[in-house]
Amino acid sequence: MKATVLVRPKPGILDPQGEAVESSLRQLGFSVGDAHVGRVVDLEVAESDPAAARAEIEQMCRQLLTNPLIESYEIELQT
Amino acid sequence: MSDARPRIAVVTFPGSNDDRDALLALEQLGAIGVPVWHGDEQLPEVAAVVLPGGFSYGDYLRCGAIARFSPAMKAVAAFAAEGGPVLGICNGFQILCEAGLLPGALRPNASLAFICRDVVLRVERADTPFTAGCTPGQRMTIPIKHGEGCWFADVDLAADLEANGQIVLRYEDNPNGSIADVAGVCNAYGNVMGLMPHPEHAVDPLVGSGSTDGALILGGLVEAARARSGAPAAAAAG
Repeated sequence: MKATVLVRPKPGILDPQGEAVESSLRQLGFSVGDAHVGRVVDLEVAESDPAAARAEIEQMCRQLLTNPLIESYEIELQT
Repeated sequence: MSDARPRIAVVTFPGSNDDRDALLALEQLGAIGVPVWHGDEQLPEVAAVVLPGGFSYGDYLRCGAIARFSPAMKAVAAFAAEGGPVLGICNGFQILCEAGLLPGALRPNASLAFICRDVVLRVERADTPFTAGCTPGQRMTIPIKHGEGCWFADVDLAADLEANGQIVLRYEDNPNGSIADVAGVCNAYGNVMGLMPHPEHAVDPLVGSGSTDGALILGGLVEAARARSGAPAAAAAG
């Protein structure tokens, strides 16, 4: 089963990448605010049961893919 | 009895690049530097451990996030749990935070720039193995060289650490946006410390700006290792 993990900096965390992107977009004439830069992890797990796959990926998020102190995550399963 | 030259491990990860500098500095300060490969599951007979700077595993995912799972890190965690002194420098600090052996996390510098220059540090605590040669409030000049040295802790964690006295070193002039100007923190027991500045680059006056203030921190580690070498194996350091 294929899945995508979206990793975002938690609200309130200093996000200089987001700020740099936002200021560049503004310089290009776009009216934007609150830009944040996170990370996308695409992966394929052997598990085919969606609930079990989600549980397994949550474990991956806690152990390696995210640092819970500074990042939140969202899991999208492609069923 | 106490070893004249205590043995101190320096763990090399793929991508470490200050491991030899750390070994050389420890030798200059009277220790025997013992190189340890990250794949080693056991530490050799040593009285202290240094995790050096660099870019372990290419800094992929997050700095230190992959290195923390190296076989050697299990041994380092066990060594720390027994009270053994462990010092993480720069990437070593990042690894210790990711491993949960130190509080907080390191984020990209507020400026997004890689910063390489001397900074002035203020010693907040002189009762750790790493700062025993200092006095509280003492200023030290030690170089930094990092892109992700912005230490972060949320409000509650930062307050806890302040209350517990776990903030050991602060920047006089914050270079990277770290919370509360933190340059170095220790664990609750005080036997594990991490800092972004590089004491190993401020030991030999021929290197860098000529400051030898790094010898205060690494020399403290050498002394702690010496004391530990002479102590019965069962005695855990505070």
